[in-house]
Amino acid sequence: MSDASTSRLSDDLLRPLLQTTWQFYALVAFLASIVLMGLGTWGYQMYNGFGVSGINNPIYWAFYITNFVFWIGISHAGTLISAILRLVNAGWRRPVTRCAEVITAFALMIGAMFPIIHLGRPWLFFWLVPYPSSRMIWPNFRSPLVWDFFAITTYLTGSLLFLFLPMIPDFALVRDKSSGIRRRIYGTLALGWRGTSKQWHRLESAMSIMAIAIIPVAVSVHTIVSFDFSMAPVPMWHSTMFGPYFVAGAIFSGIAGLIIAMAGLRKFLHLEEYLHPIHFQNLGKLLLMMSLLWGYFVFAERLTTWYGNEPYEIAVLRVTQKGSFAPLYWTMVVCNFVIPVIVLSLKKLRTIGGCVFVSFGVCIGMWLERFLIVVPSLGHKYLPYSWGTYRPRPVEIMITISTFAAMGLLYTLFAKFVPIISIWEMRAGEHPAPALMPSAMKEHALGETHA
Amino acid sequence: MHKWGLAVDLDRCTGCGSCVTACHAENNIPTVGPEQAGRGRAMHWLRVERYWEGDFPDVQLKFRPVMCQQCDAAPCEPVCPTYASHHTAEGLNAQVYNRCIGTRYCANACPYNTRYFDFFNPSWPKPLHLQLNPDVSVREVGVMEKCTFCVQRINGAQIEAKAAKRELKDGDIKTACQQGCPAQALVFGDLNDPESEVSRLSKSPRGTKLLEDVGTLPKVTYLQRQTQA
Repeated sequence: MSDASTSRLSDDLLRPLLQTTWQFYALVAFLASIVLMGLGTWGYQMYNGFGVSGINNPIYWAFYITNFVFWIGISHAGTLISAILRLVNAGWRRPVTRCAEVITAFALMIGAMFPIIHLGRPWLFFWLVPYPSSRMIWPNFRSPLVWDFFAITTYLTGSLLFLFLPMIPDFALVRDKSSGIRRRIYGTLALGWRGTSKQWHRLESAMSIMAIAIIPVAVSVHTIVSFDFSMAPVPMWHSTMFGPYFVAGAIFSGIAGLIIAMAGLRKFLHLEEYLHPIHFQNLGKLLLMMSLLWGYFVFAERLTTWYGNEPYEIAVLRVTQKGSFAPLYWTMVVCNFVIPVIVLSLKKLRTIGGCVFVSFGVCIGMWLERFLIVVPSLGHKYLPYSWGTYRPRPVEIMITISTFAAMGLLYTLFAKFVPIISIWEMRAGEHPAPALMPSAMKEHALGETHA
Repeated sequence: MHKWGLAVDLDRCTGCGSCVTACHAENNIPTVGPEQAGRGRAMHWLRVERYWEGDFPDVQLKFRPVMCQQCDAAPCEPVCPTYASHHTAEGLNAQVYNRCIGTRYCANACPYNTRYFDFFNPSWPKPLHLQLNPDVSVREVGVMEKCTFCVQRINGAQIEAKAAKRELKDGDIKTACQQGCPAQALVFGDLNDPESEVSRLSKSPRGTKLLEDVGTLPKVTYLQRQTQA
């Protein structure tokens, strides 16, 4: 491969870092204002009391916990997909891994805010942390919420490391191409990277360790999130299948999130030469598989509940299938199963546009799925006298909207300050020289377009 | 060691609601007003559930006062991340308001829905603010609260008995709901004392536990109605 293509590679991928357009400022200002409105709403809720939200007795968990589970779910695409693709050495992963790993880091940060936002007294959230208090009071290690705390902090630490490691050579590249304060910052981030063979070797070992370690962590995180529900004796929550069901749903929504992010990057950063239709097609196939798996889980859950005919569970099943939650339930089925299976199994429809369309549907469907797990069960718990229903109020809706803006904002800023496609990995794909990575398959080589 | 329990004779209950009122007065439970009550924020540590049975015109109205069942295997306790909800040596499900951070997990885990959340800081229309019970703390916004079996009365009676150097006898402690009930449907006492009235009633063949199949081992016994139709 010639030097020309190498320099074109770094030019293309470093361009967003070195040039700033007015559209960038406009986008950041727009997203940041929504995020600020969300934070202001949270302050309003804290100041006036939780009563400004829509939760009530008996539906004590609703939008916030839905957002929590949803965003932790979205975080599963990144690291998990990237780790699996790295382990199996899939050549087409190169331009995909970093934009996937970033989703994990940011979605986790957003998701992890919700257990705090939903607290009655959020300023005391640190009581969940096992810190040496003067009165020797520990958190209750039997509580799934404390397990959550440990699971999420472990996963966040792991995925930040997993994200950071392959960025080191790229930070060094930016350092070498810039000057002034920028050079100092990227120089610090590059941790003294000089590209010696010893350094490459260490990076390679660290990345393979992280890729293997992060997979069980990711699986355990959403299992523990599901334990928040399945540990409680609540009809339709108290289920042994919630662990794998939640993990499958998480990967499903995560892939959808990744496809949307990649399409956005491709369009706004003009990365058509790096993110090819084949990437979307491959991820589309993965999405199809997860859609089928999700459908299988829902079918198994619903069938066993219906067949078992246990009165308390049937009450919840009936209200979701036929009752007041039925419109949401069937929207979920259409978004998560009907549309993905139809669109993604036909090769003609499995285009970039088709995949993005399906992905938006899956995000809506998976959000609804989390909502339909949380709310109907709480509203139809045992004694019919205490049944209740739920309607969100503007506070919850605003905070929910602002999380999506927060994701967009963090992602935009990240793509501004870090090469969103790993430059050295793309190069390694072109040069067979470093034994670190196998060369990209011929049909995925740079610059070719694929139908 | 005592083990406090309650017996509720459903044959005696007329559904008058004076237990609810007595509970509100004793435990400084705020009233939330019609708008908030319509949103499902009403707080009655003790509520009288009404169930209609049969088809018109053969309709029968049944009442069941439901309060925290003070379970021996309480689902609300292990899920609390801060030990705000915990089991005392005397078998009560205690709630430490100052330790509560408001995850509301306990309320979700409770099969009886007898845990209540403070959606706002409490307030009382004047002059009701002058009648607050000094023995019971007023809860601030963002914490869970629930029936305590009038723990202030339990502790007060024990202290009085100790000061007078005598044993606590059955009937020394009356919960507010028991005191307020004109039909004497509610009986409170020590389940570990085989001679106490509550022990006798709890062993009645009419005795049932609410949602016994959930496995919570409640300490409230409901004596079922004997009359048919």
